[in-house]
Formats: sequence, structure tokens, C-alpha cells
Amino acid sequence: MKRFLALLFLFTLFCQKSTTIKIGLVAPITGDVKTFGESVKNAFLLAIEEANNQGGILGKKITPVIADDKNDPTEAANAGSKLINQDRVKYIIGSVSSKSSIPLSEICQSANVLMITPTSTNPKVTVGEDGARKSFIFRACFIDPFQGKVAAKFALENLLAKKAAILYDVGNDYVKGLAEFFRDAFLKGGGVIQVYESYSKDDVDFSALLTKVKGDNPDILYLPDYYNKVGLIAKQARAMGIRSIFLGGDGWDSPDMVKIAGEAIDGGYFTNHYSPDDPRIEVQEWVSKYEKRYGVKPDALGTLAYDATNLLIYALRRANPEDVISVRDTLQNIKGYKSVSGEITLDEWGNPIKNAVILQYQGGRQVFITSVTPE
Amino acid sequence: MKQLFGLLVIIYLVLRSLFTFGLINPYGQQIVLYTGIIMIWALGLNLIYGFSGQFSLGHAAFYGLGAYAGALLTKLFPSFFAIVPLSLLVSLLIPSLVAFLIGIPVLRLRSDYLAIATLGFGIVVKILFDNADALTPKLGGSRGMLGIPKYTNLEIVFVFVGITLIFIRNLIYSKYGRALLALKDDEITADVMGVSTMRYKVMAFTFGSGLAGLAGWLYAHLYTFLHPTNFEFLKSIDCLLIVVLGGMGSITGTVIASIVWVFLIEGLRSFLPSYLIEWRFIIYPLLLIMMMLRRPQGIFGKKEARLFRESSWYESFKS
Amino acid sequence: MSYLFQQLLNGLQLGSVYALIALGYTMVYGIVRLINFAHGDIFMVGAYVGYFALSVYRIPFPLVFPLAMVVCAVLGMTIEKLVYKPLRFAPRINLLITAIGVSLFLEYFTSLRFVFGPNFLAYPQPFKIERLNIGGVTINSITIMIFAIVFLLLLILEVIVYRTRIGMAMRAVSYDKETASLMGINVDNIISFTFGIGSALAAVGGILYGIAYPQIHPFMGIMPGLKAFVAAVLGGIGIIKGAVCGALIMGIVEVLASAYISSTLRDAIAFSLLILFLLFKPTGIFGREESEKV
Repeated sequence: MKRFLALLFLFTLFCQKSTTIKIGLVAPITGDVKTFGESVKNAFLLAIEEANNQGGILGKKITPVIADDKNDPTEAANAGSKLINQDRVKYIIGSVSSKSSIPLSEICQSANVLMITPTSTNPKVTVGEDGARKSFIFRACFIDPFQGKVAAKFALENLLAKKAAILYDVGNDYVKGLAEFFRDAFLKGGGVIQVYESYSKDDVDFSALLTKVKGDNPDILYLPDYYNKVGLIAKQARAMGIRSIFLGGDGWDSPDMVKIAGEAIDGGYFTNHYSPDDPRIEVQEWVSKYEKRYGVKPDALGTLAYDATNLLIYALRRANPEDVISVRDTLQNIKGYKSVSGEITLDEWGNPIKNAVILQYQGGRQVFITSVTPE
Repeated sequence: MKQLFGLLVIIYLVLRSLFTFGLINPYGQQIVLYTGIIMIWALGLNLIYGFSGQFSLGHAAFYGLGAYAGALLTKLFPSFFAIVPLSLLVSLLIPSLVAFLIGIPVLRLRSDYLAIATLGFGIVVKILFDNADALTPKLGGSRGMLGIPKYTNLEIVFVFVGITLIFIRNLIYSKYGRALLALKDDEITADVMGVSTMRYKVMAFTFGSGLAGLAGWLYAHLYTFLHPTNFEFLKSIDCLLIVVLGGMGSITGTVIASIVWVFLIEGLRSFLPSYLIEWRFIIYPLLLIMMMLRRPQGIFGKKEARLFRESSWYESFKS
Repeated sequence: MSYLFQQLLNGLQLGSVYALIALGYTMVYGIVRLINFAHGDIFMVGAYVGYFALSVYRIPFPLVFPLAMVVCAVLGMTIEKLVYKPLRFAPRINLLITAIGVSLFLEYFTSLRFVFGPNFLAYPQPFKIERLNIGGVTINSITIMIFAIVFLLLLILEVIVYRTRIGMAMRAVSYDKETASLMGINVDNIISFTFGIGSALAAVGGILYGIAYPQIHPFMGIMPGLKAFVAAVLGGIGIIKGAVCGALIMGIVEVLASAYISSTLRDAIAFSLLILFLLFKPTGIFGREESEKV
């Protein structure tokens, strides 16, 4: 009986090949940043469902194939490998954090599989160690050099900060990269940084580092990590009597941030990709659609995943889905695609040129402060 | 001996044809190769723990040392014509050297203290891997090491599995092997009997760790991506499970247990629906506990398949 | 100078939490010569019980501690009866492997969605944090609470072990099991009792840890468990005041290493310390030499 079922399963695999188009998703559905994975998954599925309701791609339905990378680089590599070799997927949306996307991109690139990361902001996702562009890898969000600059500019010009301290996770490409970009931009703008310290992924006790920060008494404490770590750090910092303003990046965007940090995060600013309060019609339509379906407002990561999936579907519809190279070329040449998070035109590095927004946590809610355009 | 060789050749030919005719997809091929790698790694621990009774919880650290050392070399000098044998040698020698240096002081300790010391060593090494990019950015540190050339293939894995099996088998049935078994049974008596226990313990530890390093090289050049979490303490436990499951002191046991383990953990990943995948990690420790309660000698205990046993005169001597 | 004092204080706070876990390790080892790897996971369960008690069932804060202590004591004693007792006369290695198995089982089982779930949970804050400033050093109410509770528990433990009959029985069993049973002591019960106390202490440690470092997940017990174990060995395994001493030293070393050397190497330094100690003074600070009978 088992053998028969196995054969039947194999047979259906062959059948599926010609009547549906598979799009894979690699995301941290479980693990320390699960809210990211969940929103990305929800948005991804919503986008595919909408596309299927509109007739799919040239008449063929889209089949989503989901793999969990647990926010771990090795798992991401394995998940990608399985999607490509076992499930024969040629198009992947993923992953969420740069540390997972970078190894995933290596695997996709060497297998000629098209990958769009919705949310990874580290430049190394689309650029190899040798400095050459990975031709099959794209992203739907801005990159960290831009994000770091935006944060530094805001700190110097709007918050009138003169001294900043930075605490970052040495094991996370995204966090480390963002810390470096912020530091470079802040120093270039005339600011001073005396405390630039790293911690490890598993650390929960930051008392030693925070004591250093307290002694330094900076205007700004830049915490470019994800919400789960930042919440802890912020809380311990306030418990120690540190009064600096907290500043961070898009990793802060999660409903769990307030759960973990509580009051400690009030007054903290962060750079992000979009704000649900943005009055543009695309944003409002998206927010109400997502809220009706899932009961909560979409966060930036879900929004980016929705945009990335739709971008892929857009390219698939205008090229030959069986030929990855034709889809890739179509994607690369897209100009001015109107997505929820802004207009997308992909540059030669596979990165879109987009706006950033600055939000602030006030009383447990995210409040829109300002929007920044790249120069 | 001849039987073993023959069997290896047959298995190789079967696998080679399955691969070439595409009857096993690339993902499946990777699993088969991974099995061979795990086998070498586990045989190394079997030498240290199964045959010599030294409870080392740091085996994954040596696996990692071999992996990183070899991979660094292949990445630094990709065009050097003899880079493969050279980096293989490095992967073998560096962990062996470290094991030798560590072994001399540490193997003096009693069993539970030895376990803790090797555990601590494993943790320290993993943290060093995490910070390795301070040494040279190519090592990747806690972001992982990318872009290792894919040199591992069926041929290389098979050759080394074969060499390992033959090496261990011959070692066990030599005077060194007898010394090891003696000190495993009762260290104090062996000492009193004139077996220089320290020397043999260090020898087993060095060789076993060298094998782990070799397995590490093969791993690095198969998955082309290394990350310190692959070599943490929990991975040493995986290896321990295989050795215990198969039966300490049984080559056959380790071989079979490696195959079972890989197919359980990795193979099931593809066949289980997603909500059941987590259960692999529950079945796994339960198995360990059951083994200890019901059958601590493992599946094979001390039995050995005829393939791996000695030639006739020793056989009759043993019984 | 006040910077150093602040760091010392941080280290003492961390060390106190480790002490609660280390005590359980050391008592169990003293009695059955077992390194109970699952101890760190009992600590984790204690933290979770506190979490559910505080956030889901809204149990008043002072009652949360005894509740978690009871749950964990029962858990610890059950594990002992089911898994360790049958192996009491087996080679130590088998016990160690079994303990590792129990530890892994607890971690992965609690990660299942219908148990605790694999995700990081934010620990509820049962009271407002007050801050005191004494000569440039900041102490907050969490630190004070941790010191107070640990000190109290230590006192109670001292009284139990050194001034009660059951304590005397515990000491007797740890000295020589067989003779103790010949003297009429119910060795099985004493062992169970020891596991129970150790687990209860770990439970308190779990809750305090959750409040101080408010993020819990099923694997949170691995590192603190290992470090507490190192602490117990440092102080002399099997010796109660050794565990506390070792734990405080561990906490201070870890924090100072993080502050003055490198935060990312803090664990490496802590464990290297362990290895050095094992090589040169394996019996620890307060330990006695133990001869192996042939």
C-alpha cells in the first residue's frame, strides 16, 4: 500500500509540472522572529490567491510551496536546496533576514533559480563576494547603506544629536551592516561615537555593555537589531537609568516589540519601509484587505512580501514561466511598477530605489513621523 | 578483508549507476553522500568512545576544525593544482594535532570530568568559530562561510569510507586495539598490567579526531556553506547517539546506525508533513533513553559482522 | 571606580540566579553522582510556569513562586523515579547519556505548539521597577529582589541540610549510600527529596531569570544550565557553599569579561576557566580529594 501511494505521489509530481506554476517561499515561520515569518507568509498567500482568482498566470494556477528556515542560515540553505531539488521550484520569494537570504541566494544563483527577497536589506544578498552581481537575485526593499544614512541624518538634523552609541549583534549580517552604515554616516555628518560594542545572538544579559553606555551618556543609542533583542536591551537600559533616545531599523517593526519592551520603547524612532497611516490609495486598499482577512493591520514585512510576490507574478505574466532567464530579464527591466510600498524600478544591482519612512513608538503604537526620499 | 573490499566495490557500482542514470535526484544524492560523511565521523567517535571508553563530548569541534581548516585552504588557493589533497591533509592533521595537545592533559581526568572538559572545549571552539572572522574575513565568523568549491562526490566519499573502515578494523585487531579494549574494560587493571594507558588513550583520541576532521572536509566541500551552529555541542550529542545506538565497540553497529540516523533525520524531512517534522526531535531523545534503559549495549552490542572480523586464527582464539 | 562596582553588581545579580541552578546540580551530584543535564530544562519549565501563572491565569505574584516550585519538584522527582532510578547501578556514562536524552526531550517536547510553543515569549512584569542610586551605582528593584530571595533560600537550605534529621539523612546518603541504608535510612526517598528540592530551587531561578531578562523560550535553559554546572564544579561539586561561591564567581567573571575584554567571547572565557580548573584542581575550591576504589 505504501509503495502504491509513493508511486502515485511521484506520478502527481510529474503531472503538476505542466499544469501549475510553483512559487516557493522561504521564511522564518518559527524561531526568534516568528512574527516576521507569519506576516510574510500571510501576504505571500494572499497575493497568490488574488492572482489565482484572476486566472492565474496565462491560465495556469500558481501553487505555493512553503519552507520554514527558522531564521537560521543553515536551515535556509537546506530549505532552499529542498525546494529546488525536491520540489523543483524555479521561483523563490525569500528569505526575511539577510543572514538567511545570503546563503539562500548562493544556492539559488548556482541553480539558476530566480529569487526575490522581500525584506533583506543587506547589499550582500544581491552581490557576491567577488563584487559581481548575482544575476538571478533581486529584492523588493531598500538596502542598508541607504537605511543607515537615513537614520544618521535624522539623528543629526531632526534630533540634534551629537553623540551616539551603537550596540549590535556580531553574528547577524543585517545588524552588523546597518550598524556600520549608520556609524559611517553619523561620523561623516560630524557626530561622535565612543561606544561601538557587539554582543552575541544568545546573550540576554546586557548589563555589562549597558553600564558602558551609561557611563558614556550618549544622546542616541542606536539598536539596529530585531524586535526581540531590542526589546530586551531597551528594557534593561531604562531599568539602569539610561536616558538616551533609542533609534533603530526595520527590524523593530513587530507587534511583539511592545509586548517585550513595554514602556521602555516609548519615544524610540525607527526607519521602515512603509506606514499603514500613509494616505496613498494603494496603501489604504492593502491595509483594509489584509485587516479584513487576518484581523490585524499589515506590517512592513508583510507589505514587502505582498509587493515582491506581485512583482514576480507581474514578470511571470509577461514572459515564459518555463524559461527562468526570460522571466529574469523581464523583471530586471521593470520600470515604475506601482507597489504598495512605493514605485519600484530595479537598478543594476537588483535593488529598487525607494523611499524610507521614520516612525516612532508612542504609547505602544507606531506613529508616522516623516518620509525620506533617496537623493 | 577481501570480502569487505568486494562488498564496497559492489555498493559503489550500484550507487554510481543510480546517480548517473538520474534515478536519485540531486537532493537524494546529497543525502547518500552525507551518510558516508556521518559514517566516518561516527567511526571516529567509536574509536574514542566505543573502543577506548573515553567519553568525549567535543567530537563536533574536531569535525568543525577539519571543515574550516580545509575550506579556508581551498578558498585561498583555488587554482593550486594539488589543492584537494593538500587541504584534505590539513583537515586531517590540524584536528589531530589539537586533539593530541588537548588530550595529554585532559585524558588524565575521570569519566564525568572528562565529559565536562570535552564539553567545555567544544563550546569554546564553537565560540572561536563564531569570532573567526577576526582572524580572516574569509572564515565568515558567525555569518557563515560561503562559496566553498564543491569537491566532494561519490568517489571521494567512498574511498574515504573504505579507508576508514579498513583502518579501524586493522587497528582494533592489532596489539594497539587490544590495549584499547583492555583499558576500556578496566583502566586501573590495564595500567597495573603494564599497558601504558595514557599513550593509547591519546592515540585513540588523536586518530578519532583526525577522522572527524576528514569528515569535516568532506562536509564542507559538499554543502559549500559552513556555519558555527553546525558544530555546537548538540551536534556532538548526535554523534554520540549514533555510536550508542549502533553499539559501542561495533564497527557494523556504527555503520548501520549512521545510515539509519541520516535517513531518519534528513530523509524524513522530505516525507513528513510539516506539522509532524518537529516530532523527529522528540522521537530521537526518547530513543536514546529507551536504549539506555533497555539495551545499553546498542543494537549490535559487541557483535561484529563477519566482514569486519579478524582472520581465522584470531577468531578461534577469541571464542 | 563606580563603573567597576556597577559591573560587580551586575555580575552578582547574574551569579545569584546561576546559584539557584547550581545548588540543584550540586545536591543531586553529591547524592547520586549524576550530572543531571536535564536540570537546566527544569529551570526552563519553572520560568514557563511562572509565565503562565502571571499572564494567563493572573495568579498573584507571591503565590507564583510556590506554585512553580511544586510543579518543578514533582517533575524532577518523576524523572528520577522513571528514568534515573532504574539505572542507579549502571555505569555513569549511561546515566549521563540518559540525562542528555531527558534534557533534549524536555526541550523539544515543550517546543511543540500545543505545549509551550517554539517561540520567544515576553515575560510579564509583575511590578514596577524602582531605581536607587548609591554613589554612582544604580540598583534596581529587580536586583534587590533577586538578592533577597536567593539569600533567603540559601538560609532555608542551610537549615534543612545541617539542622534537620532529613538533612542529616541527605548528608549520610551522599557520603555512603549502602551504609546509610543499613542504618535504616530510606535511600530512595532521600534521593527523591533531593531531586525535589533541587528542582524547586531551579524553578525559582527560572522565574527570577524571566523577570530580569524577560524573554523565555524552550531552549533557554541550556546555557545557564551549563554555566551553573561549571559553577558547581568550580566550587567543588557536591558542596553547597561551593555551588553558591562558584556561581557568584561565574557571574562576575562573565560580566567582567564582557565589560573589559569582549562581550562575544564571554562564554569562551567562562568555559576555558572551567577546563583550567578541571585540569589543575578538579575538586574545586572547597572540594575534597576522592579516591577511586579498585
